[in-house]
Formats: sequence, structure tokens, C-alpha cells
Amino acid sequence: MKFAVATVLTALLGFTAPLFLPWWCFAVTSLVIAYTIHQKPLWAFVSGFTGLFLVWGVYAWFIDRQNGHILSQKIGPILKLGSSSLLLVIVTGLVAGLVSGMGALTGSFARK
Amino acid sequence: MRVIPSILCAAITTGLVLVLNVQLPVGGTKTPRLGAFLSPQKGFWQNAEDTSIKYQLQLASDKLQGKVEVYFDDRLVPHVYASQENDAYFVQGYLHAKFRLWQMEFQTYAAAGRLSEIMGEESGGTNFVKIDKMFRRLGMVYAAERSLEQMEADSTTKSQCDAYTAGVNTYISSLSEEDYPVEYKLLDYKPELWTNLKTALFLKFMSYDLAGFEEDFEHTNARSVFTKQEFEALYPYGGALTDPIIPKGAVYYDPEDRMPIPALADSLYFLYKPAAVAAVPDTTKPAAVPDTTVKPDKANGSNNWALSGSKTLSGRPILCNDPHLGLGLPSLWYEMQISTPRYNAYGVSFPGAPAIIIGFNDQCAFGFTNSSRDVRDYYEIRFKDKSMKEYWYNGGWQRTTFRDEVIKVKGGSDRVEHIAMTVWGPVMYDASYPDPLGTGKAYACKWKAHEPSNELRTFTLLDGAKGYIDYLDALSTYKTPGQNMLFAAKSGDIAIRQQGEFPAKWRRQGDFVMPGDDSTFAWRRDIDAEENLTFFNPSRGFLSSANQYAYDTIYPYYLGGSYEVFRGMIINRYLQSMEQATVADMERMQTDNYNVFAELARPVLLNYLNESMLNADEKKYVDIVRAWNLRNDAREKGPTVFKIWWDSLAVCIYGDELAQSRKPMPWPEKVTLLEGMLQGPAYQFADDITTPDVKESVAEMVMKAYKQVVPVLKETESRQKLEWGTYLDAGVRHLLKLPALSRLHLNSGGGEGIINAMKQHHGPSWRMIVELTDRTNAYGVYPGGQQGNPGSKYYDSFVDTWNTGRYYKLQILDKETIKKYKGLSGIMTFSKS
Repeated sequence: MKFAVATVLTALLGFTAPLFLPWWCFAVTSLVIAYTIHQKPLWAFVSGFTGLFLVWGVYAWFIDRQNGHILSQKIGPILKLGSSSLLLVIVTGLVAGLVSGMGALTGSFARK
Repeated sequence: MRVIPSILCAAITTGLVLVLNVQLPVGGTKTPRLGAFLSPQKGFWQNAEDTSIKYQLQLASDKLQGKVEVYFDDRLVPHVYASQENDAYFVQGYLHAKFRLWQMEFQTYAAAGRLSEIMGEESGGTNFVKIDKMFRRLGMVYAAERSLEQMEADSTTKSQCDAYTAGVNTYISSLSEEDYPVEYKLLDYKPELWTNLKTALFLKFMSYDLAGFEEDFEHTNARSVFTKQEFEALYPYGGALTDPIIPKGAVYYDPEDRMPIPALADSLYFLYKPAAVAAVPDTTKPAAVPDTTVKPDKANGSNNWALSGSKTLSGRPILCNDPHLGLGLPSLWYEMQISTPRYNAYGVSFPGAPAIIIGFNDQCAFGFTNSSRDVRDYYEIRFKDKSMKEYWYNGGWQRTTFRDEVIKVKGGSDRVEHIAMTVWGPVMYDASYPDPLGTGKAYACKWKAHEPSNELRTFTLLDGAKGYIDYLDALSTYKTPGQNMLFAAKSGDIAIRQQGEFPAKWRRQGDFVMPGDDSTFAWRRDIDAEENLTFFNPSRGFLSSANQYAYDTIYPYYLGGSYEVFRGMIINRYLQSMEQATVADMERMQTDNYNVFAELARPVLLNYLNESMLNADEKKYVDIVRAWNLRNDAREKGPTVFKIWWDSLAVCIYGDELAQSRKPMPWPEKVTLLEGMLQGPAYQFADDITTPDVKESVAEMVMKAYKQVVPVLKETESRQKLEWGTYLDAGVRHLLKLPALSRLHLNSGGGEGIINAMKQHHGPSWRMIVELTDRTNAYGVYPGGQQGNPGSKYYDSFVDTWNTGRYYKLQILDKETIKKYKGLSGIMTFSKS
């Protein structure tokens, strides 16, 4: 339950806060959530990671589908990732997930 | 709290954010700020446009005087209906910005010598500081400032530019980070507000592209290596094959009317190598020649032609135009209809400037080709001392003024170009910026584009021209870049005129750098406007221009420049024999791949080649050339073999002469070699001057050239590149040269000297055909798309149509008609607030 709540809140704040603040502000929101809703470090990381992996990954996946993969197939090669749209979507999710997960891990350690 | 792990994790998190929040250097370029770039909320994903998008907008602005409605057709071409003319330019500015903002800004950054601000000192192997220095020293900003004064002195032009700028800025001001075009996100910078100066800079960039080609230093070097006779033979003025725009014999000039050459020219200017001195190849190590110049593409040119009703099936004139420019994505052109109380015009516009540039209205059509005249010269400056504060001119020390041009460099320190201004113009080359020959001397640049002018007046008047008189009025004030302005009207009139402000030059004036000590070598005056001849309703029933000489070389003023021969020749041949012409005939002609140069040159090659000296393996390629249908179609192998062979021949013939200097020299034109070969076997340059005891013949050179290319051809064939389309490897390149944003490897036909004037990344940038029937019957296409956003399906949607020689129908529609249109891709309404 804690895991689900933390993950959902991480996702919600991770989506909302960057609408007004720089993209990386979710590192802070994820930290705060992990501090507030305390879990063991591993679980805090997983929920931080999952929350933002889902926000960025699903959002990117949705945009990419509406776009018929036109842009992702052009940006992939520029980032040396090849022209697989799915890979770019996953990398997008991973980047956000990693930053958020590390933020959450920091929060978890800071509490205990 | 677990102190150590939490600090460690905080540090890792911070580190991650920092790394993802800066541009990282990778392989000579920089990545975007990856975190921001990948963010689906603000980064590139926001540029991935929904493929089912309909562009909707309702905007109110206090900059508008009335209402403007915009309907986008299925190709995303806007049809703009404005109740006030200036409101139309506001909306044009808004639309240019909405669909082409990054390109507009990038082009003006290039013109203003500001690319380093966004690209850094060097990126992807290109040194941007070097390019910026060149544009600054050439006086581009100076030129734009002067022209802007002239433009703003005309209250009509000023209000048009003001409205346009307001439209661009209304769009820019509405943007937040996620809305920026993807290139801003890739390069990590922000758009800045538009100004009328940026419009002037854009127009100067076109002047640079079209009236900036010269080889004055290269010619000056050649002058010291060749005798007068040799020089004239290598770089002739005119030629037997020349077919000028105003036909030979149409106008008579007394040789006495020619501009007199200054008496001092023989001792100070025509400093050819004396005939008595023997040729010596330069065996010294190559001099350290600074590569300080960027040159516009010599092939920047175009075709246009018009048929009078006597030659068409409809009995009405047809006008055709295809400007040959660098093929870029986003395209230089943006297609649109503009309807105002004064006119209905349709055609292509320049993102960066108001008005329709090439197109038609309800009464007439207009198109342009480049005049190719040389309007940029250099004068040697003698400074009193290193401070450059005084220079010698007309018997006294004159004071210079200075322009300090500051080049800001992203991630680096500012560079200041301290440019001395003289009576001639800016001192482009001096001790801090060496000339192409590395002489260490100072040279000022005299360039027509430096002079104040208002070219926009011409375009906005042409958009509303009702007939021939309006056409003449519209172009009467046009100065630079000189253009062959073609016109056709529903009344039946057709006309062409090479319009521009050209210096009245004496023969070879400005081919070499000139002494700047006094006014002896100055441009004495401008050619009178009426001496720019207009060719009107000719009895032969057609007009054409394809960057050839405007007039026969008996014209009293020197037409220095670089001219095409073969496109004009084949166009005139087709038009001469054309009867009952239709739009379909024009489409075939505009995309025609017939190689008239090869028609003339192939027999010369084959006649001189002694095939008995070739083995079966070697003969194979001769057979390909012999069997070739003389068309540069994509699947033909003949054009590839022919081109490689001819290029090799040029090296065999001229390579030894040109090796007499290690500094740059112009390469003789291919028509010069052809005319030389047509003279007979004793062509003077066939002899290899490095073997004084032996006299080589043309036949030996043809054989030598052929033997040299056989291994090249074998290798080309083994790489599957012998077919012309794969050898030419044409493509439309993104302005940042990123392959992923480009359309490369199009397998196109065409080539230099061919109507379909394709080079690898250069060619017909807009093809237009307008039949002036009661209901205008017009067609056009350009290799790009209306949306500059690479994430849009409209980004490159015309490329395949263009590449396969097809066209779209172009229609001036009335508002009520387009409203009912089923496939609209957007509707926008702009109103006064």
C-alpha cells in the first residue's frame, strides 16, 4: 500500500512540479515523498524510479504514437540511439526514473 | 538518519542532474542538455506533432487595424484574407514565425556574423568564428543598416516591415520553453525578438548569395602567371557558344561607345606575365595561404522563360521559373496566397521578409533569375601606419573611421573585429585578416550590396501589378542583387529585363584587385537605367534567361561575372521549335535532363580517342558513353563516365599550367575547354609544359585522361555508384547538416548545364509554371514542406513529388470557395483588439 501511494504521489508531483519549475525539480519532490512516506531504501528507490519512469515513459510513448513516430525516428540517430522509437521512449523513462529514484533513495536514507 | 548513505545519494543525485543539465561535448559537437531535451513536458517530445492536427487560432492584437482570416489547404498552404494590406504582412510575419522561426533567425544570425553565439567557436568540423569574421569584415551588418535606413525612409515599406515585425514578435512573445522549435532545444538557446534590421539582414544574405561571387584574388594570381594571350584564352570574355538574353544583333552599339580604359591601366593594372618569360612550374612548398573566405555557390542561378500566346495552345502566355539555390530543410521558400484590397497574389515568400517574391496575381505572373554580374571588387589600401587611421587617397592622407564588430562566442571569449572604413568600403583584408593570396597588404571591398536600397518595394508592387507599366514601375528602383525579371500578363504581354544597379565598367575592370591610391580605377558611374534593356513581346514569341550573358559582348559596359552557357542554349532550342505549348510541355521541359554540353563534347572525346590502343576491358566504358542517350537520367551510366572522363581531361589539359602557382587560381570553365577542343588538335594548352622537349597533342591528352579514369570508373562501378542518380547522390539538407533531419540519397537525375540543374545539395528550389488563361492555370512545387518542424508530417511532404517531377496545382481562391473546402488543415482568425 505504502509503495503504491508513494509511487502514485511521486508520479503526480513529478508531473505537476516541472510544469512550473525546471525539469529536474522532481528529484526534490521524489526526495520529499520518500522522506514523508518512509520505505526501505530499495523500495523507496523502486517507487521513485517507477513513478517518473511511468510519467516520462508513458507521456513520451503517447506523444510518439500520436506523432506516428516521425520525430523519434529522427532524434534517435542524433542521440546515437538508432531509429527505434521504442528505445528512445525507454531511454526517456530511464533518465527520469534514475534521477527520481536517486532522489527518493536520498530521502529514504535521510529519514532513518 | 543515515548520514553517509544519504550524503552519498544526494551527491549522486545532484551529479546526475548536473550532468543531464549541461551540454556535453561528444565527437566535436555538443549534445543537448539531455534532461531538458528528453523531458516530455518541455523537451523535444513537445515538438512531435499530432499527425491529425488542425491548426486553429483566434488572436486579437492592437497591432491590427481590421480582421484577417486564414484558411490552410490540405498541403498546409495558407490563404490569407486581409481587409487591410498591412494586416496581411502582420499575419505573414506571424505565420512565417509559427512555421519557420528557427530558420528565419538562423539565417539572419548567419548574415550578421553571429553564428558563434549559438554554435560556439567550432562544431562538427565547422569553424563558426571564421565564418562570422568573414561576414563581419565583408560589411554585411553595415550594408543591412544602410539599406534599412532607405527602407524606413519609404513610409509604405516602413509600415509593411513594422507590421511584419509585429506579427513575428506576437508569435515569439506567445512562446514558452516547450513551444520552441526543436533546433533551439538541440542547440540550447532561445529565440530573440525580431526587428526590421533582421529583415534587412535576410535580404542582404540573398545579395551575398546572388551578388557576392567573384574571383578577384584568384584572377590576380593568374595574371602574374599567364601572358595576356594565355589569360584571355583561359578566361575569355564571351564566346562563340554564347546565346545572350537579348539576342545577338538585336541592338547595335558603336565600338566607340565602350567605356574607355584608364591610360594608367597598362602600367598599373594589366600586369600580365611578359610573353618572353618561359613557363616554370612552382616546385616550392605550398605557400601558407590563409583560407579566410567562404564563397557563395557559383551555381546559384535559375531558369525562367515565357511563351507568348502565339506559341501556346490556349493562345495565352505561359511563364515558368525555377530558381537554383542550396536545397535546405526547412526550405528557403514558404508558399502562400495573400489577398488584400489592392491585390490577390499567390506564390512563394521568404520567411524573414514580407510579400510574395515569385508568383502571380489576378493579372500577371513574375519570375527571376540571377544576373550573375560582378558587383564586388577590391582596392589596395596604403595605410600610413599600423594604426590604420590614415590612408593615401587622391594625393593626401585621408582619415578612416572604424567599425568595431564584436563577435560573441558561446562558451568562449568575445572577438573584436576592428574594421577600417574607407572611401571604397570596409577594409576586408589587413594584417589581422590576410587576403586569399597571403600578400599581407590591405584591401577594401567595394560592393553594390553596401549601398542603400529598398528591394521590398519592387516585390510588394509586383504583387499588385496589373500590367506591363506597373511591372516597369515596380522594378525601376530595384538595385541588388541584379535579376533577370520576367513578366507575363493576361493581356498577352511578355517582357524581360535585367534589372539592377550596375557599375559602368571598362573591359576587365574589377577582374583583378585594383589600385586604391586614387580615383583612377574607381567605378566611374552607374549604368543608366534605360541602358538596362527591356525585351518586350518579341517576334520570336518567347523570352528566356538562364544566367547567361544578358547582352552580346558588344554592349558598351563590361559584363564581368560568371555565366552559364548550356542551360540557355537548350532552353532556347526547345522554345524555338515549340508550337501549341501546354502546361504539360512546360513540366516536361522544366524537369528535362538532356545534356546539351555532352551533345557537343562527346563527339570531340570520341573523335580524339584512339580506341585501337585500348583493351576490351578498357573499351567497356567508351562503349557506355557512345551508347548513352545524352540524358542525365538517374539510371543512366553514361553521364557518370562522361563527367569523370571530362573532368580528368580538364586536369590533363590545364593542370600543368595551373600548377605554376600554389596559390588559388580560377579553374577555366568547361565551355572554354570545349571551345578550345572544337578549334582543332593544336589547342595551345594541350601541351604539357613540364616536358619542354615533347609537344603533346589533344589526342594524347584525351587518351591520358581516359586511361587515368578507367581504374576510377572500375572502383565506382564496384561500389554500385556508376548509375548517375547514385553518383550524384542528391539530397535536401537540414540547415545544421544533420543527416537525420535531412532527405538524402534521393537518386535524382539532372546536373550542371542541364535545365533540371541538380547538384548534390543544390538545384531547382521552386518550380513554377503559370498559364495566364482567364482562370489562371498554375502549378508549382518545392523540395520541402510548409512546416519547418522536423516533427511534423508537413516537414518534408513535397520532397517526393518534387523529386519525381510532379507538381501541385496553385490556385488563388476566394474566401467563400475555400471555406467550403473539405480538406482544410487549419483556420486562423486575427482581429483588432
